[in-house]
Amino acid sequence: MKLTVAHLILGQRGIITDFSVDTVPLKLLEMGCLPGNIVELVQTAPFRDPMYLNINGCHLAIRKETALQIEIELI
Amino acid sequence: MGKQINVALIGNPNTGKTSVFNQLTGLNQQVGNYPGITVEKKEGICKLPRGLKAHIIDLPGTYSLNASSLDENVVIDLLLNKNDKDFPDVAVVVSDAENLKRNLLLFTQIKDLEIPTILVINMADRMKRKGISLDIALLEEKLKTRIVLVSARKGTGIDDLKEQILNYQKISTEPCMHASGIDPEYFNLLRKTFPNQALYKLWLVITHDANFGNIDRGTLTKDANFNTKSVSDLKRLQQKETILRYKFINDLLKEALTIDLKNATDLRIKLDRLLTHKVWGYVIFSIIMLTIFQAIYDWSTIPMDFIDVTFASFSEWAKNALPTGPFSNLIAEGIIPGLGGIVIFIPQIAFLFLFISILEESGYMSRVVFLMDRIMRRYGLSGKSVVPLISGTACAIPAIMATRNIESWKERLITILVVPFTTCSARLPVYLIIIALVIPNETYFGLNLQGLTLMLLYLIGFGSALSAAWILDKILKLKCKSYFVIEMPSYKIPIFKNVALNVIEKTKAFVFGAGKIILAISVVLWVLGSYGPGENFNNAKEIVTLRNQSENISEAHLKEEIASFKLENSYIGIIGKGIEPAVVPLGYDWKIGIAIVSSFAAREVFVGTLATIYSVGSDEEETIKKRMAAETNPILGGPLFTFASGISLLLFYAFAMQCMSTLAIVKKETNTWKWPLLQLVIMSAFAYLVALIAFQVLK
Repeated sequence: MKLTVAHLILGQRGIITDFSVDTVPLKLLEMGCLPGNIVELVQTAPFRDPMYLNINGCHLAIRKETALQIEIELI
Repeated sequence: MGKQINVALIGNPNTGKTSVFNQLTGLNQQVGNYPGITVEKKEGICKLPRGLKAHIIDLPGTYSLNASSLDENVVIDLLLNKNDKDFPDVAVVVSDAENLKRNLLLFTQIKDLEIPTILVINMADRMKRKGISLDIALLEEKLKTRIVLVSARKGTGIDDLKEQILNYQKISTEPCMHASGIDPEYFNLLRKTFPNQALYKLWLVITHDANFGNIDRGTLTKDANFNTKSVSDLKRLQQKETILRYKFINDLLKEALTIDLKNATDLRIKLDRLLTHKVWGYVIFSIIMLTIFQAIYDWSTIPMDFIDVTFASFSEWAKNALPTGPFSNLIAEGIIPGLGGIVIFIPQIAFLFLFISILEESGYMSRVVFLMDRIMRRYGLSGKSVVPLISGTACAIPAIMATRNIESWKERLITILVVPFTTCSARLPVYLIIIALVIPNETYFGLNLQGLTLMLLYLIGFGSALSAAWILDKILKLKCKSYFVIEMPSYKIPIFKNVALNVIEKTKAFVFGAGKIILAISVVLWVLGSYGPGENFNNAKEIVTLRNQSENISEAHLKEEIASFKLENSYIGIIGKGIEPAVVPLGYDWKIGIAIVSSFAAREVFVGTLATIYSVGSDEEETIKKRMAAETNPILGGPLFTFASGISLLLFYAFAMQCMSTLAIVKKETNTWKWPLLQLVIMSAFAYLVALIAFQVLK
């Protein structure tokens, strides 16, 4: 199983490795969600959805379905 | 005075772009709509040094020029269309010191359009606290721009910005980087095929599914020498472009930006730990909401009562002061109460927007959206629908205006369509009087039946809003791909000027927009109720006097009888008689029928209309209640207001779309009559059906 942002636990950090263009909106890229950037899980709502992330200093929340598309490596 | 300088304010959301706009224009601003669409157009005039003026347009916030919503299309449309009268002489990109990296993405795109561009770095006052330091000279050199450090909160840097706007011709129009690097071959082909167009503009036209300005996408893609790329290829290129731009920005900021974390004190982490907590987050949200509604009801009672009394005495005064005649009657009984009906909503609307804009400005609203998204999604709504649905319990009008921050048009439209189901304050007077009539004032297990009924009605309101949303989500086939991405901005203390201007603007929009319609309806109702055809209406006094000759009734009572008889024979009375067959199966008589018809203008008119029809001099609930209790059903006999007809009426009001001003605002927000008309027809038909079933089952 590939590790994705959706698998992070609170406070854990990872480096974004890859994602598919067809499933991840451009808007997310524009907000700084790019391969090579560090992502940290700040908070989750109940059922871990949506997820509140800190990507290289940019704070945003996305739904779990999107988080599942962003592959990471833990650091 | 020479020509005005056209300035376009562009920036990411949450950068304080509107604060900068407010600082530049103050009260010299107006809000309208872009022709044909619902996007708000904010523009204003700014006085520059040396007697010059700038026309400033505050474009919708956007993260990039890769538009995914109507709001964002507006930005591109203006920037691509040289012939637009608002085409900017100079673009001002507003950024936030804390999020400079992300903000610069948009900046580099704007620079590619070869428009003189100034970079404003806002919230400069927070830089020190966050440990941020910038090499401005280096940034200016590499970005080929002029940079102005501004604190819109403290008002610093604004004069400097004005000076830069004045000297816009000195600013380089050269791009700071080139997007063509993502696919040089393709861009070369573009350049050869369309030598007269700016390259990046072509790119934007190609990647967007819309026509912009004077470049027609159709002719562009039809050109024989030009091979179109597939949608996913283009998307991949857009992604590449974004990565390329970020690479440029990262390299630049590595040199020009240093963050000393030792100086950074982050309040955000502590607050977020509490405010977005799985349990405490919801508890705090509930407490805040309860407090706000308590405050709205409590605080607006005094000004609303004051407005009510003032307009009543104004009307009385006008009646006495003006010479008798139909025109004076129109003013005293039609126009003045009609105006009162508009003005009386101002306190509620103003308070509601006061709280909403404080929540928005502080950054808390994003947290609410975060907490509620999962729950709302089940019903085809977004986390961002929560605020309008809750505001709807005060009044649907500001609630519908509050849907503007929902980016997905489908989710926004569903929210607009279901908001009128929530129990607004105008339903309260109707509910209260009917509950008092048909529900016994008894207590079981410590629960008062009347109170329980009222609570049930509120629950029916929310329940039907959510169910309707769920159904709409299944039915509506809208091509509208919008992902849920929400920025969680840092917490800020709201800027008073922004909050005040927002409250003033929203209140003004209500008074002048919906107000016109309330006024028109009240005049029409007055005319229909005050005039009638034929002998019966004109000779009402004689007929009634004659009829009551044998009986010994007081003069006041006789007057009431005359008024009642007149109404029965007025146009509205005739209409009421006409619709009687339709309302009898629901357990109503023609008088309730009229009250329902007239309350299509606004629900609370119901009680007032019945008061007039039942010839009770005042709206006072006790007296009208007695009269209503004494009414008999003309067809079935027995009292008119029974448990069955009462429940039927309550349910009718719970579902029916009886609010002209809501319809008007839905028209304004959706820019078509289609949605408000559908709302009117479907909600009313459903209300009729439910009321019919309720009466037939219960009677």
